[in-house]
Amino acid sequence: MAIVTLTINDEHLSGNDSDSILTIARQHKIHIPTLCHLDGLSEVGACRLCLVEVEGSSKLTPACSTKPVEGMVLHTNTDRLQRYRRMIIELLASEGNHQCAVCVVNNHCELQNLSYEMNLQYVRFPYLYPKKELDASHKDFIIDRNRCILCTRCVRVCHEVEGAHVWDIAHRGIRCEIVSGLDDPWGDSEACTACGKCVLVCPVGALIEKGATVAEMEKKRDFLRYIVTARQKREWIDIHEEG
Amino acid sequence: MTIEDLRERAGEERERQGKWKRRILYCSAAGCVSCGSKETAESLKQSLKTGGMDTEVEVVGTGCMGLCGEGPLVKVHPDDVLYERVDTSAANAIVTSHMMRGEIVSDHLVDQTVPFFASQVKVVLENCGRINAESLDEYLAAGGYEALGKALGEMQPGEIIDEVRKSGLRGRGGAGYSTGLKWGIVQKAESDQKYVVCNADEGDPGAFMDRSVLEGDPHRILEGMVIAGYAVGAQQGYIYIRAEYPLAIERLRLAIKQAERNGLLGNKILDSNFSFRIDLRIGAGAFVCGEETALMRSIQGRRGRPKPRPPYPSERGLWEKPTLLNNVETFANIAPIIRNGSAWFAAIGTPKSTGTKVFALAGKIRNTGLIEVPMGIPLRTIIFDIGGGTTEGTEFKAAQTGGPSGGCIPSAHLDLPVDYESLAGIGSIMGSGGLIVMDSTSNMVDVAKYFMDFCVDESCGKCVPCRVGTAHIAGLLGKIVNKKATAEDIGLLEELCMMVKATSLCGLGQSAPNPVLSTLRFFRTEYEELLQPVEGFVPTNGERQETERPWP
Repeated sequence: MAIVTLTINDEHLSGNDSDSILTIARQHKIHIPTLCHLDGLSEVGACRLCLVEVEGSSKLTPACSTKPVEGMVLHTNTDRLQRYRRMIIELLASEGNHQCAVCVVNNHCELQNLSYEMNLQYVRFPYLYPKKELDASHKDFIIDRNRCILCTRCVRVCHEVEGAHVWDIAHRGIRCEIVSGLDDPWGDSEACTACGKCVLVCPVGALIEKGATVAEMEKKRDFLRYIVTARQKREWIDIHEEG
Repeated sequence: MTIEDLRERAGEERERQGKWKRRILYCSAAGCVSCGSKETAESLKQSLKTGGMDTEVEVVGTGCMGLCGEGPLVKVHPDDVLYERVDTSAANAIVTSHMMRGEIVSDHLVDQTVPFFASQVKVVLENCGRINAESLDEYLAAGGYEALGKALGEMQPGEIIDEVRKSGLRGRGGAGYSTGLKWGIVQKAESDQKYVVCNADEGDPGAFMDRSVLEGDPHRILEGMVIAGYAVGAQQGYIYIRAEYPLAIERLRLAIKQAERNGLLGNKILDSNFSFRIDLRIGAGAFVCGEETALMRSIQGRRGRPKPRPPYPSERGLWEKPTLLNNVETFANIAPIIRNGSAWFAAIGTPKSTGTKVFALAGKIRNTGLIEVPMGIPLRTIIFDIGGGTTEGTEFKAAQTGGPSGGCIPSAHLDLPVDYESLAGIGSIMGSGGLIVMDSTSNMVDVAKYFMDFCVDESCGKCVPCRVGTAHIAGLLGKIVNKKATAEDIGLLEELCMMVKATSLCGLGQSAPNPVLSTLRFFRTEYEELLQPVEGFVPTNGERQETERPWP
């Protein structure tokens, strides 16, 4: 690990070269919007919201999965980036069947918050109105694929943290869907431990607790930080090995 | 087996071939097989037998002879006569007239002095249509594995990489990265295990270069890969080939078996201390698996989805090990470069784009087929001299290179030299070598929509711009085709295309808007003709959508 210095939005900063640009930016209170990224999970670079401009490179670079290089000069909020980010939110809005007014996570939704942040008030693309299924077969939780934005946080948390790998992606392109097991009802899944991690990491109202009503559900993601820190310190593993 | 044994076997094979009075070569690549070349071969053999000439004339199945639109093709050696459209009755005529009386059958004769043959330079395709693709001996007789012998016996890995670098060879998959530099990076990477991967997941509509090489000269790819393995320090190779190429898979399997049995693959290759294995991996039909990171995940048995680069495969590839990944045609160029030297290769083509390029001519062109031309040749020469112009006297309109990742080139740019930089300069790409010709009967908006529908189907769905963006681009194009769009939609279309191009995760999404952007650039009037006229049109700045589609 070494310290590198870099310039973000004309500000001279330093950070660890093993951290991502995104982490360093956030350490210095520079806001870069994200959806698929979540501290504690692996990076997939799928939502493209965290793209930044690197001087000397014609291509945009995802901040979440790029390591800093000494002397790097970055811009995180240019007009062009703002335009593209807005458009990404527009695309996501048009892709699913989102009805904020009747959504369980209304006012606690990352997609909604980003829309407010970018002052997006209407969508220029036609809504695609896909036919998606809701699965309420699980005893505690519901997956409503109409609201899914395919960030794959649930897939990753289940595989990487819980180790159950209940979730995965089926089909491809615009027909992609999150499925449990081999596209079986969630309630039939023998792998699912009902830990609820997937529900808590879901940025929107696609994965929710049963019994919650409109705007009631607020997702708490602190648990991930504790687990990841504990793992780094090997706390649980040692206890387990000794016991 | 040592290199001396190889040369001995090659000599024996040449002697065996020389003993025949004539040899009839018939094309047994997928194109000609589909129009009946197997039946042609059967009737050739039958007629020879009844005529009592089966001891004087040999009938051999070869790879692609190039003029695919006129198949089945048959070539007679040593007379160097080429026949086209040889059905079973023509086959009988060839035997009774040409073989028995020495009179050429003029009805089916192909004039080999025309530019289609004269303007080509064959490096990659030197053996295609000349040797039996299923015979190791014939490949040896044509100088096969000489380069491997030279590389293992006389050269150090660093010298091989220097030679490849000096040849100026660039990746033939489309992006055109220097092959020598890539090999150097993998060689320098420190690891206990390295891999060499051949990308044979050729998926562009209308492209069949890699298939033809694999069907016609599979040992050439193996030779190139073994040399690469020796140069970069890898012991394991994979060929990732699409399941839609059953004949190529069959011939590759056979070639691998032959090479293994003769000490050209496996342990201690050609009695050296170098060992290298090659395994086949069959794709399951996803276009995106031609993208290198998705391809490697697919080899590992995982879902074929790209991941962000860096790290590049040459640093962290298959199973996180340094991996050299090249296209079929790139590997096909290695043996001739080692055999003839980098200076010979660099003398072909242009200074920045050396060597030759194989193109698959398709669409409204007279001579549909497979050609190989030196880099830098004007597009006009390819289309009008080699290709014979458009069919039935219609007017040429555009040439499409690079498939769904490329662009359309209008007639104003026909004199453009075909090299990486020139094509990129006008918004197209070299691509893997598909070249589709369109005439005045083609509508360019339809063309753009066709390619965009392809991208919508083939998007893996991982990143938002490609997954949703391509669907909306296709939707907007559909609206234009159905004459329901306004000028505002064209503006939105352009904006969306630029955004998908700039923000997508992998090459598929980044290049998906190219067909739309290039047709908008060169054939904008065709779009505008389809627009709905709006009287006294005033841009609404989205006020309409504000009431239609409020969010959130």
